[in-house]
Parts: sequence; C-alpha cells; structure tokens
Amino acid sequence: MKMENNSSEPAIRMQDLHKAFGQQVVLNGVNLDVPRGQTLLVLGRSGTGKSVLLKLLIGLQKPDQGEIEINGAPVTSLPLKELNETRKKIGFLFQNAALYDSLTVEENVAFPLRRHSDLQDSEIRERVRELLAQVGMESALQKMPANISGGMKKRVGLARALALDPEIMLLDEPNAGLDPITAGEIDELIRDMQQERGITSVVVTHDMRSVHTIADRVAMLNRGAIVAEGTPEELKQSDDPFVVNFLQEKQEK
Amino acid sequence: MTAKEAITSTPVAQPEWGLLKILRETFEWFGELGLFVWRFIRAALTPPYEGRELLRQMDEIGAKSLPLVALAGGAIGVVLSMQTRDSLVRFGAKSFLPIVIVMSIIKESGPIITALVMSGRIGAGIGAELGSMKVTEQIDAIEASAVNPHKFLVVTRILACMLMLPLLTLAADFCGIMTGWVANALSDRTPLQLFINNGFEDVGFDDLFPSLLKALVFGFIIGLMGCFQGMRASGGTEGVGRASTSAVVLSSLFVILADVVLVRLIIMFFP
Ligand SMILES: Nc1ncnc2c1ncn2[C@@H]1O[C@H](COP(=O)(O)OP(=O)(O)O)[C@@H](O)[C@H]1O
Ligand SMILES: [Mg+2]
Repeated sequence: MKMENNSSEPAIRMQDLHKAFGQQVVLNGVNLDVPRGQTLLVLGRSGTGKSVLLKLLIGLQKPDQGEIEINGAPVTSLPLKELNETRKKIGFLFQNAALYDSLTVEENVAFPLRRHSDLQDSEIRERVRELLAQVGMESALQKMPANISGGMKKRVGLARALALDPEIMLLDEPNAGLDPITAGEIDELIRDMQQERGITSVVVTHDMRSVHTIADRVAMLNRGAIVAEGTPEELKQSDDPFVVNFLQEKQEK
Repeated sequence: MTAKEAITSTPVAQPEWGLLKILRETFEWFGELGLFVWRFIRAALTPPYEGRELLRQMDEIGAKSLPLVALAGGAIGVVLSMQTRDSLVRFGAKSFLPIVIVMSIIKESGPIITALVMSGRIGAGIGAELGSMKVTEQIDAIEASAVNPHKFLVVTRILACMLMLPLLTLAADFCGIMTGWVANALSDRTPLQLFINNGFEDVGFDDLFPSLLKALVFGFIIGLMGCFQGMRASGGTEGVGRASTSAVVLSSLFVILADVVLVRLIIMFFP
C-alpha cells in the first residue's frame, strides 16, 4: 500500500556524505542505500558519528558535501517547506528521547497529531492511548517526562515517532538502557511495523541481539566511513579485522 | 629569511591577543543577533501563525507577572511621593505634587521599572527554558516534527512580550499613582478626586502614547534577548545557566541604553 514509488528505487540513498565540526572530521564519505521496506542496522563505537548520520538524514544538520535522497527527494537541497513535507513521513527517535519537558507524556505523543492531522480532540486521545499501549506505557499518560526513567522516555519517544504513521523510521539506539525483556519487546515492535506496514527503518544500535531479530542489512561505521555492509550472515562470515573484532567484543558482553 | 617569508610562514593558529578576541566575538555576536532579528521578522510576517501558543505565552508572560509589576509600581509611587514632597515643600511648590508624580510615573518610572522587573523575571525564564530545550535536543525534535521552532518558540515569545509590556506598564502606572496618592494623603489629606484632577490636568495622549511605544520596544528587547541567548545555548546544564544569566544582564543593559535613545527621540517627535 505504501509502495507508491518504483519499488526498486531505494527509500533512502546516501552518497559520499562528509561532515566535520571544526577540525574534527566525523563522516568522511559515507555511501549507503536502504531498500524500501527493509531495516538497516548501523553499528559502530560511540562517538563515530551514528547520531550525526541520522540527523543529516532528516535535515537537522547539513552535510559539508554529498547527497541524500529520501523517496527520491534531495533532502540536502530542498526548500524548508518541502523538507517539512518529507519530515512528516519520517518518525525520528532521538538518542535521549528529547521529550518536551513542559508537556505530559500524553501531550508529547499528541504533539505531532495536533500539528499535522485533522483528528478531533477525542480521536487524538484515543490514538495516543493506542500508541502508548503499543510500547507498554499506557499507565504513564499524565506523568511528566522528568518523572519517568530513561528507558520509559525511550518508549514514549518511540510512540511519538510512530504517531503520524510514518513510512520511514530513524531510530537512535531504541533499546539502549532498557532491560532485556523490554528491549526484546521494542525489537518485536519494530519488526511488526516493518512486516505489517512496510516501514523502512534505519536503526542505530549497540545491541547485537537486534542484528538477529530485526536487521535485514547491517552496516558498520568506523572512522567516518562504512567499513562493511551486508546481510547479518554475510557480516558474520566477514574476515575484515574490524568487523570480527567488533562482533566478538559485543558477543562477550 | 626575508621579512616577507617571516610573515607568510607565521602559523595559522597563532594565539589571539585578548582584546582582539573580545572585539571579534562582540562583532560576531552582533552579526548573529542581526540575523536572528531578520529571521524573527520573516517568521512573524509569514503564515502559518501560532495563535494558540501566542495566547498561552501572553498568559505566561503577562498575567502571571502582574502581581510582581504591580508591587514594583506601587513601591515606586510611594518613594516618589515621599521624595518629591520633601523637595517641593522646600520650594513652596507643594501644589505641584500630583502632576510631578503622575508625569514622572507615566513618562519614565513606570516603563523603566516594569521593563527592568520583567528583564529579571522573563529574560531569565525564557533564557533558561529555551536554553534547556536547546541542549536536550527538544528544539531539534520540534524541527524534526516539521514544525518551525522559530515560529513556534521565538515569534510567540517575542510578540507576547511586545504586547504585554505596554499593558503591564499601564498596571504599574496605575499602582504607582495610587500609592503616590496614599503616601501623600498620610500627611496631607488631599482627596483622590482632587489629586487625580490636578495630576492629569496637563497630561494628554502625547504623554501616554510615546511611553507605551517605549514599553513595546522594551518588550521586544526582553523577548529578543531571552530567545536569542536561549537558542544559542550550548554545553549542557552549565550552558543553560549561562544563557539565563546573560539574557537578564543583556536585556537590562539594552533596556537602559534604549531608554536613553528613545527619550531623545520622543522629545524630538512629541515636543
Ligand atoms: N553539534 C555538534 N558540534 C560539535 N561536535 C559535534 C556535534 N554533534 C556531534 N559532534 C561530535 O561528533 C562526534 C560524533 O557524535 P555522535 O554522532 O553523537 O556519535 P555516536 O556515534 O555516538 O552517536 C562526536 O565526537 C561529537 O563530539
Ligand atoms: Mg549517538
């Protein structure tokens, strides 16, 4: 249903992305395609620029060089109005959730709906309840973000990202800081989204379990570039020393 | 090595001389401020308008500051009344007391006291609020939800300040004049009616209007400094503190400087 475009064209295409902050080069020529309806997992040590990469994709930061296309639209050069049309189709989860701390959990999730849907107040409330139930947070409706744990914030953030029924999800460490059971539930949710609605996702994670549960493809970011990319099986058979090292280290934990 | 070589081979990252650095940073700051104002004007004039959020901010900034402003205005009225009375009695011009109090409150004390009190309350509030939203990526989150944070956060706050400052100034004026009368009445039983009649005898629209315009400009300065310092906050909790403090300092300073310029202009245009 969501496959309106030519389905052979990737939903997200990154070409030769460069990004530096002052002297510090963070991304140094990233090339990646995300096929429509698939989940790409981006792995890498902390501080390698995974969060920066996601922010480039939604146009919160501009690359110094390179092109990004989402559904064929050139995010890097779109005027704000059209960029915002593209952003409405993307659900974004920030690494620290970035909930609005002057609003309740309920109003946080309702925010995108109030801004961008024609739903009535009662319909919005209904939808918010549904979304929060999906992430197991329906009991926290009236809580303020300051009064819930980091893991709970993540889940509320995920509900907010799902509010507008996005075609694309960009998730920054969705299960970091969660207990294994909840982390598994979140993974399951992401997989369901992908299977039921054909959502395309880019998920940044440290959690090796996600490689087996949700990933169609895995990309490893190191020193500003993609050092390996492929299906989980392909990656496990890789003999690239960095990949082998990284997978081993993570397995031991 | 020739002189030319010596110059061209100077390393790029030479340590900057202290004063030069301050000068450069000041110029950069004003440059960024100019850009920020330009963005504000553009965002304020183009739809969509954030009416609901504007109302919420007007309540937050205006209604909730009323007690504080009323208290400050009232205190100034008492002080003015006591001080002026003393001087006027010495010159045998006691009958001028009402007009002196009314004039000085409407023209100067009312607007400036309101603006300084609001610099403290609102400048700090906006600076800290937007600063903490900035450093915790909430502003990025707004942007990622396809909402323009400039329209949603900045325009609404600055406009609310501009609309509420004149109203709050009127409230301060009212309280100041009332307490001025009370303080005077303690030693000299002038009826309120007479005090008001005498006080407003010579006061016209030309006196009130420029003062309210002045209050509007002060409102702009307070909102602008809070938003500007808040939106450029960086560096965690410490950055939020810096944003809030600098917003108060800068808005008080610019309110006083603007007052000098505005009084000069008002005297020119409303002689
Ligand atoms: N806005 C910014 N200004 C300066 N440096 C930044 C900024 N955002 C990220 N960085 C730097 O870029 C690097 C990569 O950051 P990030 O993408 O958050 O890493 P991670 O892979 O852990 O998500 C870090 O060294 C960080 O300090
Ligand atoms: Mg990160």
